[in-house]
Amino acid sequence: MNQKQKSRIEITLMYFVIVITSIIIFYPLIWTVGMSFNQGTSLYSSSIIPEDFSLEHYKWLFSNSSDYILWYKNSLIVSFSVAIGSVIITSLVAYAFSRYKFVGKKNALYIFLLLQMFPVMMAMVALYIFLNMIGMLDTLTGLIFVYLGGQIPFNAWLVKGYFDTIPRELDEAAKIDGAGHLRVFWSIMLPLAKPILAVVALFNFMMPLFDFLLPSIVLTSQDNYTLAVGLFNFINDQFANNFTRFAAGSILIAIPVATVYLFLQRYLISGLTAGGTKG
Amino acid sequence: MSHKSKNNNFKKHNPNLATFLSIILAGLGQIYNQRFLKGSIFIVIELAVLITLLDSINFGLWGLRTLGTIPGEDHSIQLLVFGVLALILAVILAALYAFNIIDARSQAIKIKNGWKPHGIKESISNFYNYAFPYLMTVPGLLLMIFVVIFPLIFSVLLAFTNYSLYNSPPRNLVDWVGFENFTELITVPIWQDTFISVLAWTIVWTVTATTFQIAVGLFLALIVNDPRIRFKKLIRTIFILPWAVPAFVTILIFSAMFNDDFGAINRDIIIPLFGGSGIPWLSDPLYARAAIIVIQTWLGFPFIFALFTGVLQSISKDWYEAADVDGGSRLQKFRFITFPHILFATAPLLIMQYAQNFNNFNIIYLFNEGGPPVRNQNAGGTDILISWVYKLTFETNNYAMAAVISLIMGLIISGFAFYQFRQTKSFKEEGEL
Repeated sequence: MNQKQKSRIEITLMYFVIVITSIIIFYPLIWTVGMSFNQGTSLYSSSIIPEDFSLEHYKWLFSNSSDYILWYKNSLIVSFSVAIGSVIITSLVAYAFSRYKFVGKKNALYIFLLLQMFPVMMAMVALYIFLNMIGMLDTLTGLIFVYLGGQIPFNAWLVKGYFDTIPRELDEAAKIDGAGHLRVFWSIMLPLAKPILAVVALFNFMMPLFDFLLPSIVLTSQDNYTLAVGLFNFINDQFANNFTRFAAGSILIAIPVATVYLFLQRYLISGLTAGGTKG
Repeated sequence: MSHKSKNNNFKKHNPNLATFLSIILAGLGQIYNQRFLKGSIFIVIELAVLITLLDSINFGLWGLRTLGTIPGEDHSIQLLVFGVLALILAVILAALYAFNIIDARSQAIKIKNGWKPHGIKESISNFYNYAFPYLMTVPGLLLMIFVVIFPLIFSVLLAFTNYSLYNSPPRNLVDWVGFENFTELITVPIWQDTFISVLAWTIVWTVTATTFQIAVGLFLALIVNDPRIRFKKLIRTIFILPWAVPAFVTILIFSAMFNDDFGAINRDIIIPLFGGSGIPWLSDPLYARAAIIVIQTWLGFPFIFALFTGVLQSISKDWYEAADVDGGSRLQKFRFITFPHILFATAPLLIMQYAQNFNNFNIIYLFNEGGPPVRNQNAGGTDILISWVYKLTFETNNYAMAAVISLIMGLIISGFAFYQFRQTKSFKEEGEL
């Protein structure tokens, strides 16, 4: 009986912690949703449960006076290009590193491991000057190239680690049957590595979507903004004035993304652990 | 008789001569080895390089050395960019040249030992096999050179110049100043004060914020993993939510909620509960720091939670049953079974979390732009090294000092990376390969 009571108290305490945590998680999210339905743009007169419920901010986002749809489009262009490009480039690099011996292989791996920890920030000045010199400043192409190059060290490790787990007997057998290097890559490695390639694609789709630092430096004209920069500018100019608009714009991007994340989180975790513990 | 003379022929083949010839002009050694096609391709390439690139490499290296000589005409920073690119190009060409020499020499040795060159078709297929891994890595490597390696070298070099708003091309020339910036950082009071306080806060921030998020994640993972808890799936989905919502959105939302005057935290929680006029979350450094750590915990624990949940589920039940037989207490089970398991499986990822927070520009900048301002310092109260670099670069345009601090950050990060080297399993495997 004593044992039982003790257990019951424990369970109650645990549920209590869970409920408190859930409240802390939901409070800012629900607050934002509430804000986005408030009338007017002032944060001061807004409340979490809108007194006069209105969809004006959502309507405004899709009206001609806002660039929201344009930013959405820019973000999607960048994200899709980076996702597809990174899968191609990284799988090529990882294939070479996983299956071949060549001069400088080990040093290159060390360098990759080191480089993946360096923040982009450290390269910012040089990137800015360089993009300016080759005329790619304030273009989505320039931004895409920077993302594509920057993701290689981390993702090459991730994919190489996965390729290493695919038995070598498979490609040796195929080579005996007369398959060339590219054939082995295309018909054996890629199909077997689909899970990790999906993870790479997803990471590289999400990362540009929410990166703020790089686009805020590379992109200067409103027409080229991605969502993160555009939304930041809503509230950066006159903070209190546009927060409700920002809230509405954020919700329209957060909902699809959160849905995708929640569905795919298991794969994300397995991808990360594979990269972390196995290389 | 004829057989014998042929024998002598290849015995006479001299590897040293082949080496010497290929040093003089790439390809000559190959021609001496009777690889006429290969040799002539090498010669053509070398001539092409000499004619087209020699001038620009020369110019680049000159620019790198002098950073320009005529004020108003020579653009020092462009010269620096050209210089670094020329340097990279020169290294690549040197590597190719070394490859040509080694190739000529090893082939000459083979011929001397009686090896006969293959036909053209076979040579090409051999070459393809040999070059394949290089071909695969070239596109990625090129991108990395321009986007990662070149900028890093450039930043490092910038730390040794006097490039700043007041000394910037095209009006002025930038000069090499050696370690002057470094001495300035540790001797000039304003720099010294700022550097020490920013560095200290960066360390405190990295350690506390990351440790908090790991501790909270671990605690919640243990609770939800308890067999007596129901609705596990729903609870896990809720707990992962902060990770799923884009971080830049949540940081900006928090920044509004913590606003001193009209933020929800002060207006709806602090003032009704404790009275007074609210807490100066954004304008007092201490409160701002506390707020940032709390927010980062909110943002960061779900990832750790999800990670640990995965590991907890993979620990075999046998361990705990064995512990039960031995009469182990719950605390002992945690200390000797759960904790080592979790730590072993995730150590490299946890180290990455520390490195990530060390570099966590987004939260610092988006929350309060590094503010509030601090007197006698040129960084704000919540500025960590990386956001300070950002300010130095894009607000006060003190490029050289920003580069110095980047360089120091790079050294610290290398420490993280070094630890990672030793942890990573596939490296150990790679060593045995």
